[in-house]
Amino acid sequence: MIELRHVAKNFGEKVVLTDVNATIRDGEIFAIIGPSGSGKSTLLRLINLLDTPSGGEILLDGAAIHAERVSALAFRRRMAMVFQKPAAFNESVYDNIAIGLRMRHVPEAEIREKITAALEVIGLSGYEMRKAKTLSGGEMQRVAIARAVVTDPVVLLLDEPTANLDPVATEAIEDLVVRINREMNQTVVLSTHDMLQGQRLAHRIGVLMDGVFAQIGTPREVFAMPKNRHVARFVGIENIIEGTVRENRDGVAAIAAGGVTIAAVTPLAPGTKVCACIKPEDITIHLADGTGISARNVLSGRVTGVKAYGPLNHLTIDCGIPFTALITWKSAEDLGIRVGKAVKISFKASAVHVVEE
Amino acid sequence: MGFIIDGILEAVHLIVTLDPDVMEITALSLAVSLTATVIATLIAVPFGAAIQFNDFPGKKVLIQVIQTLYSLPTVIVGLLLFLLLTRHGPLGFLGILFTPQAMILAQMILILPIMTGLTITALSGVDATIRDTILSLGATRLQFLRHVVREARFAILGAVALGFGRAISEVGAAILIGGNIYGRTRVLTTAISLNTSQWNIGSSIALGIILLGIALVVNTVVTIYQQR
Repeated sequence: MIELRHVAKNFGEKVVLTDVNATIRDGEIFAIIGPSGSGKSTLLRLINLLDTPSGGEILLDGAAIHAERVSALAFRRRMAMVFQKPAAFNESVYDNIAIGLRMRHVPEAEIREKITAALEVIGLSGYEMRKAKTLSGGEMQRVAIARAVVTDPVVLLLDEPTANLDPVATEAIEDLVVRINREMNQTVVLSTHDMLQGQRLAHRIGVLMDGVFAQIGTPREVFAMPKNRHVARFVGIENIIEGTVRENRDGVAAIAAGGVTIAAVTPLAPGTKVCACIKPEDITIHLADGTGISARNVLSGRVTGVKAYGPLNHLTIDCGIPFTALITWKSAEDLGIRVGKAVKISFKASAVHVVEE
Repeated sequence: MGFIIDGILEAVHLIVTLDPDVMEITALSLAVSLTATVIATLIAVPFGAAIQFNDFPGKKVLIQVIQTLYSLPTVIVGLLLFLLLTRHGPLGFLGILFTPQAMILAQMILILPIMTGLTITALSGVDATIRDTILSLGATRLQFLRHVVREARFAILGAVALGFGRAISEVGAAILIGGNIYGRTRVLTTAISLNTSQWNIGSSIALGIILLGIALVVNTVVTIYQQR
């Protein structure tokens, strides 16, 4: 178990982390997500004792790891870290994976056994004698993970392990991380700026923003119920509408926002300044004469933009206030969606996530 | 023009027949310069690593001084050592002036700056992620240095080869400190210098070919190793 208590770090004038608090449990995959420059790598480096915190403490199974300089190496040897840039030593694949074990003076027979097993796990059996420098970036990163995991670390730290890789190699790394976690019960702390990767891999996510964890929770909690507008924006909620609660009846509030009224499920009292967060995929598009819609929110507007977005169309609609919505190509075609078209949009009151301003 | 052709023919003859004088001079040259290079390597690599991986006041100045000494003139080294080692000099009691030992010392001093400097460059060229990885894997201070040096081995080998090249090709210190004594301290460069002044063109060309040949062999071996 790793406990982060009021961890702070600044490099000279530049403050990177101000007050980071979290508990990482044994056996979980904990993802640190946050925009570039939010201090994700710095936090991992602090945990791995590659840097020293300016304040606060980090506990590994109850012991403060930065407390004494002499014990730093012993703590570091209980962890392992893989870095963003795939890096291989100018040696064979075998010697690359063996390095950490040789530093610990593990008998060569045991090293051989562990490496054979590790190569099997990373899908590179038979690569022992290959020069590691000739591997692809994805293969090098898998070797790096093997090199880390063979040392039996209490925690495996992965600093944006797929940031420099193509989608296929990324998927291989993600599968490997999940497999190592499940089969070996390996605790993993992973940083990523890819929120979807965090969602795919992590049991819990910590959203690192402005030097603190803005929110820690399961992917579901973070993505469906972001704690504030910054987290909402970062996890990809595009409709963030500022307004004021006008009234609240049985937990369904009417929020006045720029000339329209939005019904939303929230306990917040009248008068509270709020942000209503609505995911584009929760918005339904209707023709302008649409009738009989069950959703509580129906707004009229005009399409102002149509953009391809993977298998979907990404629409912008002006209803007095701008909205974005996602619909399939087929629906867009059937409804004859184009810029300038008058439409109605609807969304359920329960699709609106309300945070206090 | 004929004397050049004659000289080349005589040189080939001297080399092919393994002329005892030529062989002895070559052997001494190799022995002195190889020894100087090995000793310089044993000092330059740890010294370079110590400078690269420690922060101390005056580090930049020290590196600048080392880089300036790359072009240390060989006769200056010869002169300084001569003054130290001559009978009435501070180190005169050693009695090693005009011996191969003194020549080894001179060549070692001569190539130490360039080998240290290039070692620093080689070590600073090791990828930051590799350095972090070594630390992260739980290296002790010594293990860290060993692995970084190992990772930089090809670049360091280049530095060693360059040092050896400078050692075996220098003439100023060898002549001042060695004295070019026949059968004792005569090496390739000093012999070429003497033979040319005595119009022994054949011998000079032969020794010159051997000197170039040594450079070629060293360079080839280093290249093969670096590309392996």
